[in-house]
Amino acid sequence: MVTKIMNWFDDRLPLTATIERHLTKYPAPINMNIWYLAGVLLVVVLVIQLLSGIWLLMNYEPTAEGAFASIQYIMRDVEYGYIIRYMHTTGASAFFALIYLHMFRGMMYGSYQKPRELLWVVGWITYLLLCMLGFTGYVLPWGQMSFWAAQVIMSLFGSIPYIGEDLLIWIRGDYLISGITLNRLFALHVVLLPLALIVVIFVHILALHEVGSNNPDGVDVKKFKDEDGVPLDTKPFFPYDVMHDLYAIGVFLIFFCTIMFFYPDGGGYVIEYVNYEAADNLKTPDHIVPSWYYTPFYAMLRAITFPIFGLSAKFLGFVVMAAGIAIFVALPWLDRSPVKSIKYKGVYSKFFLSLFVLSFFVLGYLGSVAPSPAKTLLAQIFTVGYFAYFLLMPIYSKYETCKPVPDRVKLS
Amino acid sequence: MQPKSPPNPGRRKFLIAATSAVGAVGIAGAAVPFLGSWNPSARAEAAGAPAVADISKLRPGELLIVEWRGVPIYVVKHSTESLNQIDKNLERLADPESNEEQQPEYARNKLRSRREGISVLTAVCTHLACAPKFYPQLGVNDFDNNWQGGFFCPCHGSKFDLAGRVYAGVPAPTNLPVPPHYYKSDDILVIGEDGDVT
Repeated sequence: MVTKIMNWFDDRLPLTATIERHLTKYPAPINMNIWYLAGVLLVVVLVIQLLSGIWLLMNYEPTAEGAFASIQYIMRDVEYGYIIRYMHTTGASAFFALIYLHMFRGMMYGSYQKPRELLWVVGWITYLLLCMLGFTGYVLPWGQMSFWAAQVIMSLFGSIPYIGEDLLIWIRGDYLISGITLNRLFALHVVLLPLALIVVIFVHILALHEVGSNNPDGVDVKKFKDEDGVPLDTKPFFPYDVMHDLYAIGVFLIFFCTIMFFYPDGGGYVIEYVNYEAADNLKTPDHIVPSWYYTPFYAMLRAITFPIFGLSAKFLGFVVMAAGIAIFVALPWLDRSPVKSIKYKGVYSKFFLSLFVLSFFVLGYLGSVAPSPAKTLLAQIFTVGYFAYFLLMPIYSKYETCKPVPDRVKLS
Repeated sequence: MQPKSPPNPGRRKFLIAATSAVGAVGIAGAAVPFLGSWNPSARAEAAGAPAVADISKLRPGELLIVEWRGVPIYVVKHSTESLNQIDKNLERLADPESNEEQQPEYARNKLRSRREGISVLTAVCTHLACAPKFYPQLGVNDFDNNWQGGFFCPCHGSKFDLAGRVYAGVPAPTNLPVPPHYYKSDDILVIGEDGDVT
């Protein structure tokens, strides 16, 4: 009976073939480690965000007058409203935490190298969309931090020479951040950006399944196949990966729920305390900090305090911040190393990757605290460290001595 | 049956190019309403009308905050003491002569004011648009060891003197803007219009 139904479908839609290709029989390298869980957990968080987001939408009011009050309404009067909202705020932080781990995994194991350049680029677009989603979503509660974050980020566009002022008014749709701005960010956050995100993630997975997963050794598992054409060093996704992914999802949800139920503010990192005050366009909060996932880039923005070539420090700060996010996309073409994985790369690659991680964390800290001359200097130093990893890569990855890469996966 | 290669490939190429070009023009035309609708609406433009403030009760050393186009405008009446102090740290300022076009021509003078002793400043930090805070007290404070009075931006530490002139070595690139304004009478200040410039 089941076979008959499946046959009926298969004659009209490549149902079984698609399921086998993308799920059950997808060949996953046998040496995948814990770093490879971030991807599947990102899909879980995507589902959490879509569901909780749609449910928030049922009670949220996207107007300057009603937005803040409707969040309070969701928190106090709507049944389980507070859980839905905390799910969404915790999900936002989880999304970024996981995508950073996911990106770092790719950088460590050279997952952006040929033939996975496009896979990396598409993933980077996902990250961009996520940044926009994070920003637009952050403005919606219309608290003090929402308003002033929008003010700061949007005024960055005003620093562009010649067209800045007009561009700024066009983006805001007003001479200041107002309900008009809120409404358009709302439209982007709930319709355009999620739609784009889903499409891009779909393409990301499609591209992944075309080229196949990389692995911690960075060896090409497709080199050696058995008589059926299945790569020797892989296992089918079902049941092997599904089983340990389910376990990982369980563990992840324990952490997720712990934050969601017991520490929804996350010490001011998941929800900033200043945002419990309604937006006031005449009163700037004492200390404006972005969400933790933007702080490394915010620190770079503030680190540029001097004009160069007649360009203002403000515009240059904007350029450096944008470059900090954009430069990831160039990785496939910056890396000239003959090997993929950091395991077999030389000492310079290891040094610069460590420097990158250190810079990222230090900048992340500096971006979350009030500026001072000493901290600005520190931010300048680590901004250089951050970019050194990328910009010096064509040199150090080419001239260092790498360890020999085995032909096949080694299981220790 | 396999179609023969087109009898006139040049003509086909031209038709493809012409069709694409017309299509592109159509897309550009269709984009106009979508992009244009992001401009300020008529209501938003109307809300940008001038603001009127009564400054008769403003005493020396005090600050009055007026809202114009949703941004705070600071009106400061300088005390004689602060007027004497204001040139004491010219060397720490980035643009003491107000060479940057951050004020209307009639306010391009030492105190950047239209009427002697009163500064009208857009309280939007020229760095990232926070509202700088008013710190009239002189001396040592959290952010400066020799403060001559002025404005301090809590967001990223930019400093301005009492005339809104920016300090050197802070994130903000230029002096605080002076909005267009004029005095309708001794007590009535209009912000948002230049009035009679002569």
